[in-house]
Amino acid sequence: MTSQSSPLPVMAAAAARPAGLVATLTAWRVPLTILALCLLPWVLPSKALAVNVLIYGLIAVGYNLLFGYTGLLSFGHAAFFGAGAYATGIAIGQFGLPWFVAVALGVVFGGALAVVIGLLSIRTRGIYFSMVTLALSQLVYYAALQASSWTGGENGLRGFTVAKISLFGVAVDFLNPVAKYYVLMIFAALALWLVSRILNSPFGAAIEAIRENETRARACGYDVERTKLLSFTLSGLICALAGTMSALHLAIVPLDTLHYHTSGMIVMMTLLGGAGSFFGPFVGALAFLLMEDVISLWTSHWQIVVGSVFILFVLFLPKGIWGTALSWRAGR
Amino acid sequence: MNAPLLAVENVGRRFGGFVALEGVTASFEPNKVTAIIGPNGAGKSTFFNVLSGVLPPSTGSIRFKGQDLTGTPQHRFVHLGIARSYQITNIFPDLSVHENVRVAAQAFRARYDIWTDRSRLPELDDKADAALAAVGLSQQRGATAKFLAHGQQRALEIAIALVAEPELLLLDEPTAGMGPEETKDMVALIEKLAADRTILLVEHKMKMILGLSDRILVLHHGRLIADGTPQHIQADSEVRRVYLGQNDGYA
Ligand SMILES: Nc1ncnc2c1ncn2[C@@H]1O[C@H](COP(=O)(O)OP(=O)(O)O)[C@@H](O)[C@H]1O
Ligand SMILES: [Mg+2]
Repeated sequence: MTSQSSPLPVMAAAAARPAGLVATLTAWRVPLTILALCLLPWVLPSKALAVNVLIYGLIAVGYNLLFGYTGLLSFGHAAFFGAGAYATGIAIGQFGLPWFVAVALGVVFGGALAVVIGLLSIRTRGIYFSMVTLALSQLVYYAALQASSWTGGENGLRGFTVAKISLFGVAVDFLNPVAKYYVLMIFAALALWLVSRILNSPFGAAIEAIRENETRARACGYDVERTKLLSFTLSGLICALAGTMSALHLAIVPLDTLHYHTSGMIVMMTLLGGAGSFFGPFVGALAFLLMEDVISLWTSHWQIVVGSVFILFVLFLPKGIWGTALSWRAGR
Repeated sequence: MNAPLLAVENVGRRFGGFVALEGVTASFEPNKVTAIIGPNGAGKSTFFNVLSGVLPPSTGSIRFKGQDLTGTPQHRFVHLGIARSYQITNIFPDLSVHENVRVAAQAFRARYDIWTDRSRLPELDDKADAALAAVGLSQQRGATAKFLAHGQQRALEIAIALVAEPELLLLDEPTAGMGPEETKDMVALIEKLAADRTILLVEHKMKMILGLSDRILVLHHGRLIADGTPQHIQADSEVRRVYLGQNDGYA
């Protein structure tokens, strides 16, 4: 984009669009992210860690659509992650459905739950929105705890191990961690492509406008509630997909999946990596899980260290790891 | 006689027990500039909020082009043809000047489309550039909105409203906080816009109002105490008592 000459130097600086490397990174964000994900299992200490980064990175990407781009701080996203995981597990374990049907059901179920929780929460603002999403997700937690004949209650959902899957006619050994990683990565790649599309679309411009100035967006003719609900639902769908991936990966759905600790962790990862940037949430998930992995070798109190790092970032580098790196490159 | 573009009938607005606006009845013909004056707290901004759907009226009704607006959600107003600027500048501070206007234009073209590439809507760029040219901000199109001078930000907000191609434009103190130079530019802009649009204008600067408006409404304690031509209002003793007399500094 060419910026015209501005009368004031401060404007000229502000007029500079992200140039050079940052623009290239943005244009190629999906292939580059997928490339990074392809390399992940070979650079991390363990394959299990790589799968976790993949899954939690995807949740954080989905969450970021709502938090980073629409400006809504939900404390209840564990509900969609868990809903996707439970629906997949139940579909396979109790109804004997094929794995790909179970994945589709998990995504649809998590998305439907997002519509319901979205409808109930979207009209509240600020801290009230956060609290309503938290309360409703706790309701889902207790529902899962009570419905133990379906969910396994406190013991979690078990007994739906997927050992082999057939992908486009090719049999894949799902007990092989590398094969499993790359199968799950296909889903993540599709979701990343979708999120990138959404961010590039007119709808992406609308949610950013709402994040920037809700009253102005409304005065401009955007139905703010409906736009937020759609963003909430899309965000929930991505998190539900991550949930189905988690279920396939672990072959168990722990009840803790639905706990508000999980919601808090999603918020932390997103902020740590950089809310409002495409790749930031993955970086955040990677940093968080790597710290957990490494520091828990030394001390069982790893959460103190991770928490301190998180606080330092929020206080001094609020754009997060990736967001800060990007703005260095952009020269601001 | 022309059919009125806008007709308000017995409109009132309460905040709890406090009556901010009461029994306002007036109709507005197309392509006229009407100024609304009154002391601070008179209910001018509340009147605009009611006319633009920000607040539903507690009593009365509003008809725009013959259509009753009761119960219409705020975001529909601009689609019907009523756009506004706010007393306190209300723009997208972190977007570029061009993006500010473009996203406003987009609300009429694509709101829920998640498939198209947003940059593939060149007609929106043209519309945004035309609106920016109309308010004299073409040079600043790439600048981040929050770095503009105050007067330019006020003009940007008017460009955001203009891109909706409204039949009725509500301007709440467009020269608030402006020096004499910026005010002159704004007056010239409003004169230009008034050529083919209906404008309602809240202002304090009497000289400006007398030069610009075809008609003046005076609000006091939420009530309409006078309604007439500038000459008529200047001669009105009640208006002089509650408002004009205390406002010599502006006149
Ligand atoms: N949202 C609101 N809640 C409570 N009181 C309000 C609100 N908006 C305006 N008021 C009150 O209504 C009165 C009229 O305000 P306003 O319309 O802003 O006056 P003006 O624009 O004429 O200065 C003031 O006393 C103001 O405090
Ligand atoms: Mg006011």
